Amino acid sequence: MTQNREMTTTPAVRCTDLRKRYGTVVAVDGLSLEVARGECFGLLGPNGAGKTTTIEILEGLLAPDSGDVEVLGMRWPRDERQLRQRLGIQLQESQFIDKLTVEETLRVFRSFYDRGKSIDELLALVELESKRSSWVVKLSGGQKQRLSIACALAGDPDLLFLDEPSTGLDPQSRRQLWGVLQRYRSAGGTILLTTHYMDEAEVLCDRVAIVDHGKIIAFDTPKALVAGLGAPKVIVHEGTLEDVFMSLTGRHLRDE
Amino acid sequence: MSNGARGGAHPALVELTLARLREFVREPEALFWSFFFPIVMSVAMAIAFPSRGAQPVRVGVPPGPAAETLRKTLSADPGVVVRDVAPDEELRVLREGGVHVIVRPGHPPAYRFDPDREESRTARLVVDQVLKRAAGRVEPWQAREEAIAIPGSRYVDWLIPGIVGLGIMSNSMWSIGFMTVQMRLRKLLKRLAASPMRKWEFLAAQVLARLLFLGPEVAVPLVFGVLAFGMPVQGSVVDIAVVSLIGALAFGSIGLLVGSRVRTLEAISGLMNLTMVPMWVLSGVFFSSSNFPEVVQPLIRALPLTAVVDALRAVVLEGATLDGIGTELAILSAWTVVPFLVGLRIFKWR
Repeated sequence: MTQNREMTTTPAVRCTDLRKRYGTVVAVDGLSLEVARGECFGLLGPNGAGKTTTIEILEGLLAPDSGDVEVLGMRWPRDERQLRQRLGIQLQESQFIDKLTVEETLRVFRSFYDRGKSIDELLALVELESKRSSWVVKLSGGQKQRLSIACALAGDPDLLFLDEPSTGLDPQSRRQLWGVLQRYRSAGGTILLTTHYMDEAEVLCDRVAIVDHGKIIAFDTPKALVAGLGAPKVIVHEGTLEDVFMSLTGRHLRDE
Repeated sequence: MSNGARGGAHPALVELTLARLREFVREPEALFWSFFFPIVMSVAMAIAFPSRGAQPVRVGVPPGPAAETLRKTLSADPGVVVRDVAPDEELRVLREGGVHVIVRPGHPPAYRFDPDREESRTARLVVDQVLKRAAGRVEPWQAREEAIAIPGSRYVDWLIPGIVGLGIMSNSMWSIGFMTVQMRLRKLLKRLAASPMRKWEFLAAQVLARLLFLGPEVAVPLVFGVLAFGMPVQGSVVDIAVVSLIGALAFGSIGLLVGSRVRTLEAISGLMNLTMVPMWVLSGVFFSSSNFPEVVQPLIRALPLTAVVDALRAVVLEGATLDGIGTELAILSAWTVVPFLVGLRIFKWR
């Protein structure tokens, strides 16, 4: 996958001072971040923190009220056609057509891209070879999510956006999904994901931004965030990102 | 399966159209509505319009001995069916069409009927003649009658192309409108918009997929008309196909436009009905649109259903060629292009 990728020094994603409000609700409140090429970057925060709004602005699906966005050195909406060819996007809640098979669904998505992987490669990448001829409606939650990732990977993207990829999956399915993402990364891909699971961020991400009320309130590697945790460590319990989040906001990550 | 390794072998337009077709054939309800509905409709027509010549008129008389002579006289005529109707039942039975006229004995007798109803006026004339003859009226002469029942000029012949047009409209609009809203609800449209898919290709695929089901949808009622009623097909099958195709494109585009921003299935049902019901009434499917005032005629002509139905009738019943229905085809082309472009522009992907 790397032979076509431009070796460039521009960051995969750079945004400065993003703002977006819905009526009186401020969803994103002056958020800035930068994701390096080849990195896995996590936006961690509770529901309603502004993670989805932020990622959808970066994906070019929403226009910010103000702020500057640059993705792979290109801009929305000017470079939309070119940019979409090089991005892989997985959305929260998107459902595919129930009565298409896995293979048929992949064929549809593959047909949108000028270059990319073969259907067989995609099926192997997400471990769905045995489900090739199954209808989407018959898949488990984890299999559906892997199909969604396969569709996102159909164009062999330089950058993968994932919005809460493992929400609602059982532990085994989550591990399987993480395996898929780690394979994509080891082939040189960049990932920006949102999650409210700290263990997911700790396993997958090189750097994490903790988001609350539309702002980044902490920003570092998972290890450094945990190490810098001011809270007293209990002997039987290593600090986790959950503790970091708790000490920063006084709330649990999964607070509704 | 074996060509899996080739990746995206087909262009996006083909893959999207295939996906839509597969989804459709795997949905039993959708198949039912497209193929069995025209059959059900045609059977209903066969029952409602039997080709067994004139039906007798239905006449009500009061029960009891007072009406005995009347009952006998009327029953003796083969064109009359007599039924006893109690005085307090008369209005109900007349309203429901159980009888067309009520005759009360007396000198002279009294007729009770609704002069706005065609059957009632006919029944009144028949009854009047039977009773006056029985009372001794001598006919000055008997006209020589030439009964005409030429296939192609009966109501049922006129109706069947109308039903075909109605099917083209309903199937195209419902399937596209519903599909669009469903995909929007499932956030699949948003997912597609996040991919490099060209938006016009998606919308065009939805319309194109419709065309492949058009053949059976059009053929079933037409063939039924030919076999069950001896409806003659004067024009060419190719011309019928052309009209159906352009009609389906037009209604597909209109369906896209109607569903372009709707977010709930309730709202799309309402909007679909709002679009289609006026055409059911105005476009002359069941009764001639010449019943409407002159001022609204240009508007009626401009409706896509009027254009489809008029063009089909011209081809099927009068043997018109495409030259002869140029106006209708132009109207349908406009209904294909304009709603598609407007729909593409205002379409909500999320």
